[in-house]
Amino acid sequence: MNDEKIQQYGDELYEAFVSRRAIRPLLEREPDITIEDAYKIQERFVARRVAAGERIIGKKIGATSKPVQDFLGVYQPDFGMLLSGMVYTEGDTIDLGQLIQPKAEAELAFVLKADLQGPGITAMDVIRATDYVLPCFEIVDSRITDWKIKIQDTVADNASCGVYVLGKTKGDPRKLDITLAGMVLEKNGELFSTGVGAAVQGSPANAVAWLANTLGELGIPFKAGEVILSGSQSALVPVVDGDELVCTVGGLGSCRVKFSGRSAA
Amino acid sequence: MSMNITLSREDVVRLCERVEGAQTRAYAIPKLTDEYPNMTIGDGYAVQLELRKRFLAAGHKQVGWKAGLTSKAKMIQMGVNVPSIGFLTDRMSRPESSAISTFDLVHPRVECEVAFVMKTTLQGPGCTAADVLAATDYVLPAVEIIDSRFSGFKFDLPSVVADNGSSARFVGGGRARYAEDLDLRTLGVVMEKNGEIVTMGASAAVLGHPAEAIAMLVNILAELGENLPAGSFVMSGGITEAVAVKPGDSIVARFQELGSVSMRFVE
Repeated sequence: MNDEKIQQYGDELYEAFVSRRAIRPLLEREPDITIEDAYKIQERFVARRVAAGERIIGKKIGATSKPVQDFLGVYQPDFGMLLSGMVYTEGDTIDLGQLIQPKAEAELAFVLKADLQGPGITAMDVIRATDYVLPCFEIVDSRITDWKIKIQDTVADNASCGVYVLGKTKGDPRKLDITLAGMVLEKNGELFSTGVGAAVQGSPANAVAWLANTLGELGIPFKAGEVILSGSQSALVPVVDGDELVCTVGGLGSCRVKFSGRSAA
Repeated sequence: MSMNITLSREDVVRLCERVEGAQTRAYAIPKLTDEYPNMTIGDGYAVQLELRKRFLAAGHKQVGWKAGLTSKAKMIQMGVNVPSIGFLTDRMSRPESSAISTFDLVHPRVECEVAFVMKTTLQGPGCTAADVLAATDYVLPAVEIIDSRFSGFKFDLPSVVADNGSSARFVGGGRARYAEDLDLRTLGVVMEKNGEIVTMGASAAVLGHPAEAIAMLVNILAELGENLPAGSFVMSGGITEAVAVKPGDSIVARFQELGSVSMRFVE
């Protein structure tokens, strides 16, 4: 795919993000688009947000669980960039009016205390470089109509990242079993689903190592202080005005978030 | 829940013999309600208790109870708001890390559960999760091998209760822990079959908290005129979905804070 088209689609996704109006799937229009092309489109989309004043403050890993991979027909994760305009903290109410078709997923977030430069990074290096982990929600959103995404669409769309909410209880992965820690997700006071760290690539640390190595191939390091969202441990939860979600990670703590307003779709 | 019995004594004995035959000689039978469409849950328990009487008379020793149908999804599917229970005997127990024969099973499936060992006797009605925790000596991880004797694992509540809640075998192991040292609601569980993760979850999948399932079990026992004696081993119900196993399969159930339970299946 030539640079002109990459720029065009990146701009289209940026416009969709700003206007909250979803666009037709890219793959429907460009059947030969590769995953590599899609990451270049993502780069353009993100560059537009940075040009408009945001900063890159971390990364997210997507498509980490088997059901999502089966759905997308890919057998490796993908990634996107976390931007300063996406951040919420526990207790905040998220305004759905800024999103198109949001769904929540419960995850473990890693905050790094040392740089990690792939390739050659193992899960052990990830634990070594981790300052702490937090329970968190990622609110995914798609700039593609009705979530009709294939892997190329979601990669181009910054891995469908919307906003995210970090919990406040910090855990040390040397004390907490991040692989076997249970994940309990409640919606409006009722149990919605349960999961466990191992749902993410056998362990969330494996997913973070995968991303360190994938980015390493592109010459991009993880920097100390970055936030890495390691991938969903729950089912996707559609959210509407008034909903309240709580996720609790066994041995760690909870993250609570409320939603108000109406999303575009 | 009504424990109303509608079957005659002869019918209870007849159905008990039918279930006993299927359990001991490992063959599938049609669900009992095909022939007795008006069978109640109370009838199901009458058959189950008759079955227990026969096993105990044959020298089996009862070691405890199990709760079944404890996940919300399963209860909605069955149209009930209480779990079912079944009795456990020494003959169903298998050691951790052992080879478990399948020739005497129909279509075995495995599920991960939190098990409780009681230090004091509990008597319903009105038993709560707090009562259960206060009466618990320790908790441990367990794998239950369920085996419905009904064709295609197709059943309704009266039939599955009569079939002793599909109880077949169980394996306790891992690490014994005091319940108060753990958050029993958020324990993560991973089941691996032949080295691959096949199902996962957290313990809240069982009625929000496994101790809630034990409390319901105690309250069902009260309706049957029984208590839960001190020393009982009690399984609280599957956290994960049940996974089919066959000879050659190896299972490892990994529990947060409780270690793991493993076993393999042979002819």
